[in-house]
Amino acid sequence: MTEATVKIRIRDLHRAFGTKVVLDGVDLDVEAGSSTVIIGGSGSGKSVFLKHVIGLLTPDRGSVEVDGVTVHQLRGTDLTRFRRKFGMAFQEGALFDSMTVADNVAFPLRRLGSIGRDEVDDRVRECLALVHLDGVGDKMPAELSGGMRRRVGFARAIAHRPEILLFDEPTTGLDPVTKASIDELIIDFRESLQSTLVIISHDMGSVFRTADKVAMLYEGRIIVHATPRELLTLEDPRISEFLRRDLETWATPP
Amino acid sequence: MSNSIEAFFEEIGRFFRMLWQVLVWTPRRPFDGRQWLLQMVRVGVNSLPVVLLTAMFTGMVMALQTTSTLQRYGAERYVGSLVALSMVRELAAVLGGLVIAGRSGSAMGAELGSMRVTEQIDALEVMATDPVHYLVVPRVWATVFMLPLLVALSDAIGIWGGYVVSVLLLGTNPVAYMETTFQYMEFSDLFSGLVKAAFFGLLISIIGCQQGFYARGGAAGVGRATTRAVVFASIAILISDFFLTKVLF
Repeated sequence: MTEATVKIRIRDLHRAFGTKVVLDGVDLDVEAGSSTVIIGGSGSGKSVFLKHVIGLLTPDRGSVEVDGVTVHQLRGTDLTRFRRKFGMAFQEGALFDSMTVADNVAFPLRRLGSIGRDEVDDRVRECLALVHLDGVGDKMPAELSGGMRRRVGFARAIAHRPEILLFDEPTTGLDPVTKASIDELIIDFRESLQSTLVIISHDMGSVFRTADKVAMLYEGRIIVHATPRELLTLEDPRISEFLRRDLETWATPP
Repeated sequence: MSNSIEAFFEEIGRFFRMLWQVLVWTPRRPFDGRQWLLQMVRVGVNSLPVVLLTAMFTGMVMALQTTSTLQRYGAERYVGSLVALSMVRELAAVLGGLVIAGRSGSAMGAELGSMRVTEQIDALEVMATDPVHYLVVPRVWATVFMLPLLVALSDAIGIWGGYVVSVLLLGTNPVAYMETTFQYMEFSDLFSGLVKAAFFGLLISIIGCQQGFYARGGAAGVGRATTRAVVFASIAILISDFFLTKVLF
């Protein structure tokens, strides 16, 4: 493997909730500018993993380093400055339903204070255009469809031009056409924003469309870290089981 | 059994943790005036009709009840005094508190609870916004400021309700009624009622926000948070009222 710059370095990450061990020694390197998809069954700790990367949760043991800085040691303004590197798109969008779409997208800009006040409106319009949602700025989130809400969530995540974009199950629960368009957006982001992408998914179709590297989380550890093509050639029963299950959900009509 | 004791102390711990965080975050910037105003309108202005209605009918019933009781001792000229003192020292604050617990405390539990389960609270944090600072601080201070104001108005309308019933329905002399109303009242009576109200406001808002904040488990979890916000706040009001009365008099 060539020496690419490591953006996110995770070492020996442990986390338990009560007696339930969720992460049991996760090791992973994410290269700058790459797109890494984390796969794993429901309840395998993918979301918990992602929340450690952005510092929403503190590990019991081990560390997450971003650009050489250990995340869980940051406090106060250092943590605020650190969070500026990230944009996160939540599973169902997690839009603030008391605000208009435009105010939602403007929120990180106003809060993180990365650009001047007068530029905010332009940036909001630009971001909504990027996710193909021109002209919905005045609507409330409740007026939008599920797919649109997620795209607004994307617009909000990219608004402050983050170096790292995190996606928590961006396509779960959407119809195939919307799924494909969401995947295309994600690919576009990587081209246009030059960001490092970490995506959580259990939808293999999306994985093959969006991933440079796939990492599989199984019983609290990363058991594979490979390109999608390599993944298909591996003969690990835990992986083939996962792939087979996914194929079955494709084959069975809902 | 040991589980419920543990849960009880967990709630107490969360209450003081939330209170502490509110105190720490209150003076910090940015100050979001719009949020404060919005919450004050919700707690104060929008609750005005139901709180005043409660106070008015309480004053009216008090007049009816105490007249028939005091007549037995020939002491009916003290009705005004009794109604006024009961309202000002006790009833306006407690009833107002219970109404606000049901109206605003539940709303806080439900709103923050649904923000929690839909990851909106995580989203705030990711965007470098402390959720306690942004969501809880304005709600707490709005309730602490507005509840005493509501109670002050309740005092007035409760006394007026008692007056109307006594004078119009029971034929008491209006001048005599007014005289006894204020004859025995001291400033400390009024003050203690308002202090109670502010304290109840603190309990209601912290408990409401805390229940929402720690909600988990989808729609059912939000429902649970809402119920507990009202039940715990009401219990806290009733119990603390006893001790406050003991301390304040």
